[in-house]
Amino acid sequence: MSPDPAAHHHPALAHHFADLEQQKEAAALGMWLFLVTEVLFFGGLFTVYSVYRSWYPEAFAAASHEMVVWAGTTNTVVLITSSLTMALAVRAAQVGERRVVMWFLAATMLLGLAFLGIKAFEYYTEFAEHHVPGPGFAFEPAYARHAQIFFSLYFVMTGLHALHMLIGLGLMAVMFHWVWRGTITREYSSPIEISGLYWHFVDIVWIFLFPLLYLIGRHAH
Amino acid sequence: MASSLLLPPRHYLNDGYGIKSWLLTRDHKRIALLYLAAVTFFFFVGGAMAVVIRLELATPVGDLVSDETYNKLFTMHGVMMVFFFLIPAIPSVLGNFLVPIMIGAKDLAFPKLNLASWYIYIVGGLFTLYALVTGGVDTGWTFYTPFSTVSSTTNVIPTALGIFITGFSSILTGLNFIVTIHRMRAPGMTWFRMPLFLWSTYATSLINVLGTPVIAITVLLVAAERVFHFGFFDPKVGGDPVLFQHLFWFYSHPAVYIMVLPAMGVISELVAAFCRKQVYGYSFVAFASIAIAVLGFLVWGHHMFVAGESVYAAMVFSILSFLVAVPSAVKVFNWTATMYKGAISWQTPMLYAIGFIGLFTIGGLTGLFLAAIGVDVHVTDTYFIVAHFHYIMVGGTIMGYLGGLHYWWPKISGRLYNEWLAKIAAAIIFVGFNLTFFPQFIVGYLGMPRRYHAYPPEFQLLNVLSSAGASILGVGYLIPMVYLMWSLRYGRVAGSNPFGASGLEWTTTSPPPTENFSEIPTVTEDAYTYPVRVEGHVA
Repeated sequence: MSPDPAAHHHPALAHHFADLEQQKEAAALGMWLFLVTEVLFFGGLFTVYSVYRSWYPEAFAAASHEMVVWAGTTNTVVLITSSLTMALAVRAAQVGERRVVMWFLAATMLLGLAFLGIKAFEYYTEFAEHHVPGPGFAFEPAYARHAQIFFSLYFVMTGLHALHMLIGLGLMAVMFHWVWRGTITREYSSPIEISGLYWHFVDIVWIFLFPLLYLIGRHAH
Repeated sequence: MASSLLLPPRHYLNDGYGIKSWLLTRDHKRIALLYLAAVTFFFFVGGAMAVVIRLELATPVGDLVSDETYNKLFTMHGVMMVFFFLIPAIPSVLGNFLVPIMIGAKDLAFPKLNLASWYIYIVGGLFTLYALVTGGVDTGWTFYTPFSTVSSTTNVIPTALGIFITGFSSILTGLNFIVTIHRMRAPGMTWFRMPLFLWSTYATSLINVLGTPVIAITVLLVAAERVFHFGFFDPKVGGDPVLFQHLFWFYSHPAVYIMVLPAMGVISELVAAFCRKQVYGYSFVAFASIAIAVLGFLVWGHHMFVAGESVYAAMVFSILSFLVAVPSAVKVFNWTATMYKGAISWQTPMLYAIGFIGLFTIGGLTGLFLAAIGVDVHVTDTYFIVAHFHYIMVGGTIMGYLGGLHYWWPKISGRLYNEWLAKIAAAIIFVGFNLTFFPQFIVGYLGMPRRYHAYPPEFQLLNVLSSAGASILGVGYLIPMVYLMWSLRYGRVAGSNPFGASGLEWTTTSPPPTENFSEIPTVTEDAYTYPVRVEGHVA
C-alpha cells in the first residue's frame, strides 16, 4: 500500500498491520471513535442539565451567579492557550523538531496544571460557602432546593472534566517520555497527533461547560 | 483419508503453554477463549439464581426464601445475565474469534486493548460478585430511582460500579471491531462481500459505542446521589425519577439489540451453511442490521408508557417501536426464503437456527403487542413482559450463541463433538425453553405480576409447568458443557472444513495458526458462494 519500502520494517510497526500508514489510520479512527463515546458520556450530563435548566431557570441563574467568574474566565484562556501549544507540539513532531516538541509538550502540561490549580481554588471557595450539595448545603431559601441540582451538576460536570484533564496530563507525560527516548520520529509522529485529539476534545468540553455554568442568566439575578 | 486426519503441527493453541501464555496473550483467538470461560461462569451463576427463583415459584406461598432474598435473587439474576452474559457473549467470544479471520486479517486492530477489555470485564465482574456475596442488591436490574438512591439498603454501589466498569469493556470491544472492519480487510474483501455476521457485529458495535457511555454516566449519577447526597433524580430537591428512566432505557433498550443482533448474524451464517445457498437478499439482511441499530435508539420511551409520559410522546414511541418489526421481519423472511429449495442438512447448528427463527418470531410478535399502548398498559409489570423478553434474550440470543458455538467449535478446537448427543441437547433445550416461558405469557396475561415471591393459588398450575420446564432447560444447558469439554480431548479431528461451508475461516486450518492464515488471502468472490468441498471429516 505504501510506496516507501522502509515503512514495512519500521520498529514501531506492529506485526498485524501491513504498513505504518494502515497502523496510523487505524489508531486515528480508534481515537475519533473513542471521542464519540466521550460525547455521549458528557451528553448524558448535558441532557440532565438542559432538563433542569428549563424547569428551574431562576434557581439556576441564582446559583450561576455564585460562580467565581474571573476564575472560570482565566481557566478558559489557560485551556485555549494549552490547545495552541498542543497544536504546535503536533506540528513540531510532524517536521521532526524533537526539542521543540518537548518544549511545547511541557508548556501544555504546565497550562493543564495551572487549570487544575485554579479549579481546586474554586472548589475550595464553593466548599467554604457551603455550596456542596448534601446535608451541609446553604443557599438563599427561595432557591435552596433547586440550586442543589445546579451545584450537583456543577461538581459532577467539572469534576469529570478535571478527571479527563488529569488523564490528559498523564498522556502528555508519556508522550514527553517517548519523544525524549526517541520513539517519536518524523515518520512515526501519530501518537502525538492522537494524544492531541484527546487534549483538544477535553478543551472543547470546557468551552461548553464555561458558558452553561458561569455565564447564562448570570446578570438576570 | 478420514481416519488418518491429524491436527496441524502448529496452531494457536500449542503456540506457547502455561498460564502466562494465556493471561498475557494478545491473540484474539485466545482472548475469545478467555471470554468463553468467563461468560460461561457468569451464565451458571445467573442460572443458579434462576433455579432458586423457579423453585420458590413452584408453590403459591413464599416458603423457600424470604421476600427480601427473593428481590435480591431476581435482581442479581438480571444483572449477571444481562451485563455479564447476554451482552458480551456472542461479540466477545464468537466475534473476537471470528472478526479478524472472516475479513482475512492477522488480528484485531488493537490487540493490547482487546486483552485490556477482558481484564476490565473481569474487574467489573469481581465488583458485582463482591456485591453478591456480601449481601446482594434488591433494586431490580433496572436500578429505578429513588428506590436505588434513597431507600434501598443493599449493595447498590458495588453493583453499579461493576456495571460501570464492565461497560468500558463493551465500549472498547465495539471500538476495536469497528476500526478492524474499516481498516483491516484483506485485499478484495469489499463491504458487500463480508459475511453477514460481520454486518451484524458492526451494527452491534455501533450500539455499544453510542449507547454504553450513557448508561455509564447514568449509574455514575446514581452512585453520586447515593454517596455524596447529590441531587439529580431525588424529588426532595426537585429531581425527576422519570428522567433516570429515560437515561437508563436510552441505553438499555438498544442493549436488547446488542444481545440479539449478533445472534441474528450467527443465524445468517448457519442458514447459508446448512442450506448451501447464498443468503436470500444479502444486502437487505445487511442493511436490516444497520436499520435495527438505528431504530433501536428511538424506541426507549415504550418502557415508560405507564410512567407519566405524555400521550403524544407515547404515541410516537409506539409507532417507532412498531417500525423495528420491519427490519426484524426482513431477516426472518429472508432466512426462510434461503431455506426454500435449499439442500438443508439437519446438523446441530441448523437445529439451533430453526429454534432461533421460531422463538424469535414469537418474542418479536409479542413485542408488537407491547408496542401497542393499550395492551402494554394492561400487561405492564406482569409475567407477559417476562415471557416476552426471555423469548428474545434466551430464545433468541442463547439459541444463536449455542448454534454458533457448535458451528465454529471444530474451528476453535480442531475437533468434532458428539453429533448425536448435541442433537438431543438441542431438542431438550428447545422443549425446556418453551415449557418454561410459554406458560408465563398466559399467567401474565391473566394478571400475575412479576417480582413477587408469592402469588394467588389459581396461578399454580402454570407456574409448576414453568418450573418443570426450567429444570429441563437447566439439564439441556449442562449437556453441551460435558460433551464440548469431552471433545477437546477425545473428539475426532475435524479437518479444515468439516461442514463444507464457505467463508475465509474455513479456508485455514482447524485450529488456525496464531496469525490465522499462512499468507493473507485475496478475496475474489461474494460471501456464500456454494458449492464448497468438505475438507476433513464430515461432521
